Amino acid sequence: MTPNPAETGAAPAAPAAADPPAATRPAPGRLDPGYGRLTPLWFLLPAVGTLLVIGIYPTLFALVTSFRRYNLARPRDGFPFVGFENYLGVLGDRSYWDSLLLTARFFLTVMPVELVLGIAIALMLHQPGLSFLRALARVSLVVPLATTFAVVGLIGRLIFNRDFGVANQLLGFVGLGGFDWLGSSAGAFAAIAVMDVWQWTPFCALIFLAGLSMVPVEIEEAARLETPSRLALLRHVQLPYLLPGLTAVLILRSADILKLFDMVFVMTRGGPGAATDLISIYIQRIGFRVFDMGTASAQAILLLVVTIILSRLYIRLLYKEIDS
Amino acid sequence: MTGRSARLLHALGLLVTLSFTLFPFYWMVSSSLKEQAALLASPPVWLFRPTLANYAEIFADQKVSGAILNSLIVVCTTTFLAVCLGTPAAYALARFEFRGKRDLWFWFISNRMISPIVLALPVYLLALQVNLLDTHLVLILIYLTFNLPIVIWICTDQFRSIPRDLEQAARLEGADQFTIFRRIYLPLGVPGIAVSAIFSFIFSWNELLYALVLTRRQVQTAPVVATSFMSGYELPWGKIMATGTVIVLPVTLFALAVSRHMVRGLTMGATK
Repeated sequence: MTPNPAETGAAPAAPAAADPPAATRPAPGRLDPGYGRLTPLWFLLPAVGTLLVIGIYPTLFALVTSFRRYNLARPRDGFPFVGFENYLGVLGDRSYWDSLLLTARFFLTVMPVELVLGIAIALMLHQPGLSFLRALARVSLVVPLATTFAVVGLIGRLIFNRDFGVANQLLGFVGLGGFDWLGSSAGAFAAIAVMDVWQWTPFCALIFLAGLSMVPVEIEEAARLETPSRLALLRHVQLPYLLPGLTAVLILRSADILKLFDMVFVMTRGGPGAATDLISIYIQRIGFRVFDMGTASAQAILLLVVTIILSRLYIRLLYKEIDS
Repeated sequence: MTGRSARLLHALGLLVTLSFTLFPFYWMVSSSLKEQAALLASPPVWLFRPTLANYAEIFADQKVSGAILNSLIVVCTTTFLAVCLGTPAAYALARFEFRGKRDLWFWFISNRMISPIVLALPVYLLALQVNLLDTHLVLILIYLTFNLPIVIWICTDQFRSIPRDLEQAARLEGADQFTIFRRIYLPLGVPGIAVSAIFSFIFSWNELLYALVLTRRQVQTAPVVATSFMSGYELPWGKIMATGTVIVLPVTLFALAVSRHMVRGLTMGATK
């Protein structure tokens, strides 16, 4: 889908004398300053070194912690190694699975809405005519995306307040309302879903819009002359260009929902009960409220495994140009 | 459907989109201008006499101004470091071929996916051991885990678009790679570097989880303080929404400045 700049930009220049492709390494005796085999290393070292120290080392530390009994609330017990005890505990822990299931349910609730609204908005923004209004709407999509996630949660608490929230007022106009959104299980789940839809539909819309703009203009115009049906245009001309975006959206959104913390934490803290206890909230509570770092680390490592699978999938499906 | 009614429908759809994307933002700003009585009115009022009292109150509150200062220190430093460390790596990825390049690339991209809770647990324990909890430094460093990849990604793209002729000419003059990077790539790459710095700023400014678990009193950032108002019986909604507005407004302006690159920033370049 995306012509990778590595192939288009760099390839023609690669055979140039001073820039040997990987296969033909420079002769060992070269004396030119800054053209040695190790040159890229010097450029990479600061970033890679930093990420090793702040990213990989803590991850390994979490892995080690996950094999220990590590309860900060009971430091006298020490932190002995206990093998797979934490993992067995996690795998047998109903509430861990419940929170993963809840996270999956959340994904399945918001995703279809975000996709449908996203495609609808993208089509409206792509449709010719009304250029000023279109530009305005396009720019406005950035606002939800940039809003601090925690502040989205604050706004959510105000909008979905039972007594003076505007959500109940607006629903009152159609004869509904009076819901105790954040006080009931279904209400709280719906409220965080609405805020998520608000924040992330623009993301879907922008990706689909980018896909639509890849349709060659001549083909689209010919098709518009050919058929008055918008649906036929969408199905036969535009759809193929939307598919790579769809893959990207599905994978990134699932990773993002596994990460989702700020907005939900501020709005509901996972409650009432466990109604909005998404996986990141749950692990945070085990680690920083119960202080059972061993168990929390085991849960986090399991989450990391899922994430790694997701990102391999993302890379496999979307960076074909590099992979091949 | 006739052309006219189609046009009307299109306009209507766009207006609905606009109000959908802007309403919560509008509600936050308008609530920040209400007095407590108007805020607690049921049903909510849409027309009211605006007041700046909430803003006066939060700017007088040392907790809020201190938190904004903390946020600025952390975010600017981490962004600066991300650019300093990330641009050379981007140059290497853009202009050299070496073994393991692809794996390195994927590792950078994978960082986009990883849940902050995975790192928050061990980093908390490590920071506890070396007495780094509640310092600017620990936040600055941990924010690099997501800022560095974004800077590297965007700048690699940018550096690749710089024509090679310039580099060849410099080489004939005897310039080494470090000079070429400093004198050609950095100045010509400024647009991409600026975009990546803005993304780095936005992501760090908006971050809550790390800031929540790694700080106590001293270095609470703006989002942490904004959420800390959410306790007690009668919430100071005007103050909360005014703080929210103060936090969100600068990043929104930044985001509007890079709106063309928004998708690229959020997908790590998989789509443009």
